[in-house]
Amino acid sequence: MKLAVRTGAAVAALAMAGTLLAGCAPSTSQGGAGEDAKSGTLRVWLFREVGNKPKERVVDGVVRRFEKQHDGVRVDVQYIPVDSRAEKIKGAFNDPSSAPDLIEYGNTDTAGYVRNGGLADVSAEFGDRSQASDTDRAAKESVTVDGKVYGAPFFVGVRALYYRTDIFDDLGIEPPGTLAEVASAARKIRAERPELYGLVVGGAYTYGAMPFIWAHGGELAKKSGAGKYTATIDGARAKKGIAAYTDLFGEDNCPAAKCAGMGGNDNVEAFAAGKAGMAVAGDFNRQAMEDGKVKDDYAVLPLPGTRRGTVAPAFAGGNNIGVLKSTSHRTLAVGLMRELAGKATQRKLFDAMGFLPTFTDTRAQVAKKEPFVEPFVKTLDAGAKSVPVTPAWAEIDAGLVLPTMFQQIAGGKRGVDEAAGEAAEKMDKAFAE
Amino acid sequence: MNGPRKAAANSPVHDGRWTPWIYLAPALTVLAALLVYPVYQLGLISFLEYTQAQVSGGEPTSFQGLGNYTELFADSQFRYVLLTTVVFAAACVTGTLAVGCTLAVLLTRVRALPRLLLMLAALGAWATPAITGSTVWVFLFDADFGPVNRVLGLGDFSWTYGRTSAFALVFLEVVWCSFPLVMVTVYAGIRAVPVEVLEAAALDGASNWRTWRSVTAPMLRPVLLVVTVQSVIWDFKVFTQIYVMTDGGGIAGQNLVLNVYAYQKAFASSQYSLGSAIGVVMLIVLLGVTLVYLRLLRRKGEVL
Repeated sequence: MKLAVRTGAAVAALAMAGTLLAGCAPSTSQGGAGEDAKSGTLRVWLFREVGNKPKERVVDGVVRRFEKQHDGVRVDVQYIPVDSRAEKIKGAFNDPSSAPDLIEYGNTDTAGYVRNGGLADVSAEFGDRSQASDTDRAAKESVTVDGKVYGAPFFVGVRALYYRTDIFDDLGIEPPGTLAEVASAARKIRAERPELYGLVVGGAYTYGAMPFIWAHGGELAKKSGAGKYTATIDGARAKKGIAAYTDLFGEDNCPAAKCAGMGGNDNVEAFAAGKAGMAVAGDFNRQAMEDGKVKDDYAVLPLPGTRRGTVAPAFAGGNNIGVLKSTSHRTLAVGLMRELAGKATQRKLFDAMGFLPTFTDTRAQVAKKEPFVEPFVKTLDAGAKSVPVTPAWAEIDAGLVLPTMFQQIAGGKRGVDEAAGEAAEKMDKAFAE
Repeated sequence: MNGPRKAAANSPVHDGRWTPWIYLAPALTVLAALLVYPVYQLGLISFLEYTQAQVSGGEPTSFQGLGNYTELFADSQFRYVLLTTVVFAAACVTGTLAVGCTLAVLLTRVRALPRLLLMLAALGAWATPAITGSTVWVFLFDADFGPVNRVLGLGDFSWTYGRTSAFALVFLEVVWCSFPLVMVTVYAGIRAVPVEVLEAAALDGASNWRTWRSVTAPMLRPVLLVVTVQSVIWDFKVFTQIYVMTDGGGIAGQNLVLNVYAYQKAFASSQYSLGSAIGVVMLIVLLGVTLVYLRLLRRKGEVL
């Protein structure tokens, strides 16, 4: 009798396991819709910015005109929170039936989204686009994976050196013309005003640190064949740049105990709260500064390079617009993307939100109107750089490879050689996958 | 007594062999759905190559065998984090049990009003969500604005900068938020010890310590067992406190524990299969610890 019960239970368990095996393997989305409808509803996801109203007004204008030009087409625009965008967009890739046709996305995500099979290849429509010739080179690169185009640049964001005019005047410091002068000015400020950081830095502020590497002629990684990369963060020049940045962590500028854990937002906050003489911050941080204590006492100049008259290459941030592979309205979606990322819209978005246009000629026009953006435009025109366009970058980013390296050196736990070597090893491992 | 039962068992109508299973069926179904199925999926995914590319259909899913596990154990950071987690969890369990038991004994010795106050304080800590508790603790120990540094005269000492001090800070928070369960349970256990037994011990001239060691503690063993196992499981799986208080694993990842590491792998970089493999390793470690612990107790002749 006992045996019978056991066998019965075992059979039941097996049967159950069987159904599970058959029916419940981890799910995989079925992807493309294969249809190209010329009417119906187009769904668009854009990021919700802080103070989003002006953006909505510009987008509404574009959308209404688009609806008028296309009969039977309705456009439904949703603004998704920036903080949870990764989850939302992953969800959209997983479930095409509830996915939008068009999304705004951060330009460092391009390669990852392409590998995930989420973005549609629009080379046919955008490869020979007349407007494309005016597009910023870094922006163009940020929509291109293996020679194919996967979207249109929407706007660019770039960082430069914010500094306190009042403190510079008081201490008789000239605006720095080289990276070495930035460092010496920082130390002077800290020496004279010990309650301030000279130049606020952050061990987790990768985009603030990269210009130091690039200015010294270093690179994060170099291309070694189609879509293949090799880490060069442990090259001699890159290490010089890493040393230049990590030297700024210390009692004489920004104590490691406080600054090693800081990220970009912490740096912006510190400067806005009047706790730093200088900071590397973006054109998009202007509002934070205006709302802070430093309101009337700051100016911006391009972060200088190692030699006088040069600009340290900045990280070209910004967002793109892309068509989802699963769209059932491909032609319409591409058409709307052309409008949203076009020169006219970009000009209006600059007026409304301060987003820097991705077209060099449009950018030159707006720089004339608004002197604030001039140092940023100069930085961009001097040649901004991006991170390697490979899906491995998402893993390197999430694995905190670069912050770990900077923090180890800043905290005195590892030397530059050792930490950079380890970082290169981790990057190569991610590239190899 | 014996007769009728035998008759019932033999009767063709009331064949008892399936009866227990029928009674158990609802519970088993719920367990299977809520426990077996997720664990099954966890195990399955840990044998596959399953990243965002596979989920959204960009690349086909492929079977990797033990590939994810070999990758994990070849990763020196994983081994280091595993060791850290074990040591840190052991410290937390010890701390929680020590504080919880001490306060439980204290509860039995004080008058009603202080007892009520202590209970309320403990319940307050218990009811605080981990994320709120962690945020408040970080603020209390903040280098610039924290009252603790001011009271202790530590200047702008940064607790989260050093590895040990950061772990110490998290340790304090974990003990603070998990001792109430131990305290309340052990207190209830002590209250359940019959007064006659204690009286007998007193009449025999046993000291306080002797009474605790030979009478109370053995009678409390089942209760202690439950709170220990529970603490081990909780503290091994600590996530929120580390994530919030050390900003996702500390300077240069010095305060990573397994759960945060798994999160980094699984969700931040979408390597679900690697994250699952870490989950399976954690499951096995926890099962192992619990089984060994039960085994040890059983050998001592404890009926569970």
